[in-house]
Amino acid sequence: MKSMTKVSRLFAITSLGAALVACGDGSDDFVSSVNTVPPGPEMATFAVGVTNLTNAQPLSPIAVIAHDDQYRVFAVGTTATVGLESLAEGGDNAELLADACASVRASASVGGPFGPGANEVISVSVEVTQLPGLRLSAVTMLVNTNDAFAALNGMDVSGFAERDRVTRRVIAYDAGTELTDELATNIPGPAGGGEGFNAARNDRQDFVTMHQGVVSADDGFATSNLNESHRFDNPVAQIIITRTD
Amino acid sequence: MWRKRFLSTAAVAMVAAGSAQATDFNVEIVNLTSGIYYTPFLVAAHTEGSRLFSVGQPASAGLQEMAEGGGLDGLVATLTGIGATIETNPAGGVMAPGGRTDVDLNTDGTANVRLSVVAMLLPTNDAFMGLNAITIPTEPGVYTYNVNAYDAGTEANDEVLNGGGAPGVPGMPADPGGLAGTGGTGVQTGAESPTVHIHRNALGDTDPTGGASDLDSTVHRWLNPVARVIVTVR
Repeated sequence: MKSMTKVSRLFAITSLGAALVACGDGSDDFVSSVNTVPPGPEMATFAVGVTNLTNAQPLSPIAVIAHDDQYRVFAVGTTATVGLESLAEGGDNAELLADACASVRASASVGGPFGPGANEVISVSVEVTQLPGLRLSAVTMLVNTNDAFAALNGMDVSGFAERDRVTRRVIAYDAGTELTDELATNIPGPAGGGEGFNAARNDRQDFVTMHQGVVSADDGFATSNLNESHRFDNPVAQIIITRTD
Repeated sequence: MWRKRFLSTAAVAMVAAGSAQATDFNVEIVNLTSGIYYTPFLVAAHTEGSRLFSVGQPASAGLQEMAEGGGLDGLVATLTGIGATIETNPAGGVMAPGGRTDVDLNTDGTANVRLSVVAMLLPTNDAFMGLNAITIPTEPGVYTYNVNAYDAGTEANDEVLNGGGAPGVPGMPADPGGLAGTGGTGVQTGAESPTVHIHRNALGDTDPTGGASDLDSTVHRWLNPVARVIVTVR
């Protein structure tokens, strides 16, 4: 049986709306605060603390997925799923979480974007019998971009003992699903206020790579609606994974 | 002078490491960039005291040849001279953004306990990716290394695409992706910091037929890491 811990809040930025999706159980969707932990089996809980290390790139509601060793959120050089595209272009993690259902052992999301310097802690719990092969992924959009996202991609946590703690600094990827034109109409964050997800794929290449960084109008990209403050360098987020239980 | 030191320290290491553990392993290389190609990779297992380059030190002639034009003859000759285990060009030509390739190495019967992987970034003047003499793990498992872009420090980064790939010849040799411009007047005309250092990234511009650079700032920039090397020890 899957266990899901879900926390949802109102979104500070309406264009970044993300509905939570339950795997095979729609009964508790859209509930403002639900914490369902089935009684009985011994649980392993992982607290995932994320700090936004950028200067002016709010991060979209981060999706944390505890999954088996068959699933991967993405691979460099491989075409992004529509779920990842939706997250990377519009900050909406619902479809990504829904896509992962077959492999998910637990997932959680925070309801709102979090700004530079902000910290969020998201917990996921699985039964200890599900620890073998357990992987942890966390995905979030840099919202003042076309389709940049930061991710922890399938970290092996199967060997974590209680109170084990690991710090990872993660980097920015380009989903390869939208041309990096830096136009306000295509940037959903506060720097643009434009469109999020669009099913059209018009990037130079339809697969995930590292992000090359924001150029910005201040650096000669005259049609860009971004300025020098929106530039970033790696790492863009710090993620501390602690097995708390 | 640099090469002399390279050879002498390597010779000492070979004598000392007669009982080194044999390792059979696979090296996978991933191009993480969104707009940069790699020239053919050099994958080499070599002795403890040898290195293809050191940050803060001038590049060897072999490293310069690789970084400015992708040529591997000089580095291969040096490595062969010290009994290195070498594989070249596993991707069979240049490797595109998002591309990956892999190659098996077996250091059985050698003292080759360090691994280096290098290739030039195209289109650039003298940028290269460098996994620099990491200790090859002996415990079976999968080991991942993020690799940064270095500047060989041997050529000014003028960002002019003119076919110049021979050591000491200004300009960038090739643009496999076909997205570079023309008519650049040259970004850097002054002296280059003369030692190997972390590359400061391409500048580029958004003028395809003029400006200072032939590179496109929306295509040819990168952030580190630019490559990932995954070593699987069997």
